[in-house]
Amino acid sequence: MVDTREYDVIILGGGPAGLAAGVYAARGRHRTLLIEKGVVGGQIALTELVENYPGIASINGFDLAQAMQEQAASYGMKTEYLEVKSIEQTGDLWTVHTNDGDFNGKAVILTTGAEYNKLGIPGEEKLTGKGVSYCATCDAAFFKEQEAVVVGGGDAALDEGIFTTRYVSKATVVHRRDELRASAILQERAFANAKIAFRWNSIITEILGDEQVRAVTVKDVVTGEESEMPISAVFIFIGQHPNTDFLGDLVPKDAGGHVIVDDWMRTPKPGLFAAGDIRQNSARQVATSVGDGVTAAIGADHYIREAFPDYEPLAQTPTESAEPATAN
Amino acid sequence: MAKPQNVNDSEWNAEVLMADTPVLVDFWAPWCGPCRMVAPIVDELATEYDGQVKFVKLNTDDNVETASKYGIRSIPTIMVFKGGEAVDQVIGFRPKSELKKSLEKALA
Repeated sequence: MVDTREYDVIILGGGPAGLAAGVYAARGRHRTLLIEKGVVGGQIALTELVENYPGIASINGFDLAQAMQEQAASYGMKTEYLEVKSIEQTGDLWTVHTNDGDFNGKAVILTTGAEYNKLGIPGEEKLTGKGVSYCATCDAAFFKEQEAVVVGGGDAALDEGIFTTRYVSKATVVHRRDELRASAILQERAFANAKIAFRWNSIITEILGDEQVRAVTVKDVVTGEESEMPISAVFIFIGQHPNTDFLGDLVPKDAGGHVIVDDWMRTPKPGLFAAGDIRQNSARQVATSVGDGVTAAIGADHYIREAFPDYEPLAQTPTESAEPATAN
Repeated sequence: MAKPQNVNDSEWNAEVLMADTPVLVDFWAPWCGPCRMVAPIVDELATEYDGQVKFVKLNTDDNVETASKYGIRSIPTIMVFKGGEAVDQVIGFRPKSELKKSLEKALA
């Protein structure tokens, strides 16, 4: 077996941007590696239904991600399930340091995506998995005929809040303002759902319970009044932040930590690209992330051909990777 | 090749609590995306630890009694039992290395 740690294109993060980049890079017969620390699919792996990916009326998020991975794997993309510690430029190449050694690539595409924000209030960490959840599709079934609160006012909050009503007897959406920023179609569905109630101008200041969540403290931000609401589950959807801390100050970022790239998803560092939710001004949609990933893969192809004049892609699609990669 | 064995509420005591070796239990349900990611890892571990650790899966939809007895409120949850006692618990999808650490602790 040849040295498995030398690649042409290394993609960090297996969400839609990374998987789409993988399809294009592998189809371009570049030796392509995707490194994922958790679940392939990123945020959509936790999504019950993706209903806005053009051409597909409705698909389970995990299934969509798996289809993308299988497609990329059929063209030879490898997947390693490892955690990336840092990356650095070593001569012409990029070295990716992981919890299981180093990998070298001619080009690296950063698609590490975004992670949900936490409330940062007492009880939240202790009760995570004990009634505090960031994934209704994963956990709502454990709260049959019980009451829940859903924190947030965006698409995710309403989408997941609506999902919880398959199981919970009542879901109260707690939102810090008096109007939602979720899309109209989701607002209509939520308002029409008899199991969904709203607590406007309110925030949660504490999650109460020992072994399990038993209540939350809700504060009215207008009157300042606090009250206890007995519930069994807290589903939190208050936005997200890009996973770019591991980059340090290697590349310029905006105030929110998003990587600044040009139209080809290029960072100022040669051979280093960023795509999807981690880049500045991303529309944060599956479809736009896919587009970003494709653009970055094409950008990487151009870069490799220019920077390595003697470079030759693989003569044929490697057949040993035709099976979808499984976790190692 | 060792494969995890499916257990239900009525088999729980005999298959898990009374087992001679440490037991890794994968609490899962068919609708849970991250559970489907954990499954191949658990399969691999079952082969690697064949003879040392027993591997079982419990479908939380069909076995509500056991799931609620152990306070399962999020899946996937992996629990390790030794001598009838829960000695470790890992909630959510975690890398294989972390599950291995859990097993090594139970075997130590």
